[in-house]
Amino acid sequence: MNLIRYQEPELATWSPLNRLASLREEMNRLLDGSLAGFAGSAGLFGGWSPTVDVFQDKDNVVVKAELPGMKKEDIEITFQEGMLTICGERKQESQVQEGEVFRSERFFGKFHRTVSMPTKVEADKIKASYKDGILSIQLPKAAEAKAKQIDVSVS
Amino acid sequence: MTTHAAHAATALERPAEQQQASRLPAWEQPSANIREERDAYVLELEMPGVSKTGIEVTVEQNELTIVGHRSDVQPQGEAVYQESHRADYRRSFELDPSINSGKIHAKMEQGILTLTLPKAESIKPRKIQVAD
Repeated sequence: MNLIRYQEPELATWSPLNRLASLREEMNRLLDGSLAGFAGSAGLFGGWSPTVDVFQDKDNVVVKAELPGMKKEDIEITFQEGMLTICGERKQESQVQEGEVFRSERFFGKFHRTVSMPTKVEADKIKASYKDGILSIQLPKAAEAKAKQIDVSVS
Repeated sequence: MTTHAAHAATALERPAEQQQASRLPAWEQPSANIREERDAYVLELEMPGVSKTGIEVTVEQNELTIVGHRSDVQPQGEAVYQESHRADYRRSFELDPSINSGKIHAKMEQGILTLTLPKAESIKPRKIQVAD
């Protein structure tokens, strides 16, 4: 026999921010993501990996990483044996959660990404900047790498 | 990833006009965090590459639409490896009537758009004093 004297009627759950046509959008998002999206957001290895682009022209290799919401001090860039590594930690600002969380798609915590350089670069002339959530790293090509390129274009 | 690189390569070959046309419907959906605070709902959207001037926030009926135009330029030269979509961002949310849509506050910082959606006075918790 139940001895429940009085039970508060369950409040109807309501969501103040329903995503418009949510199911369809969610499907599109899943399908659009493809491999790049998966690699960029997969939390499979206990961290997250930012989206990275690598470009090169005659003189430079440029690496761009999408790292929204970081502090400059929390980004670490290292270069060793032709491998450029970007790592760091994105800290969550407010740890205290008073109310309900309706959506949590952003990744926080440690990230790590390594890219190999297509040619030799001058390690002591690497420059980096961080603006609008994008980290840009410029790596000037080594003289020998440039010379090789010229040889190819002549012959 | 190879498909992305290939796509980027073909897009580069097309004339600018056509490229624009083919790019228009392709939006990237920014990742979002939504949480509730005492007086407001806080919505955070990840839009790397968008500056303060590239943000458009509109409220129509009870639909909140956020558009972010990228202002970062693609580096010169060829793409060795490309994962980013390069598309502008767009996402819509349905607003509950309990949100005071006239007082939405927006802040853009390092690619994160933070929108504060204040709750209407009528639904805020109210303390009622017991009269003697």
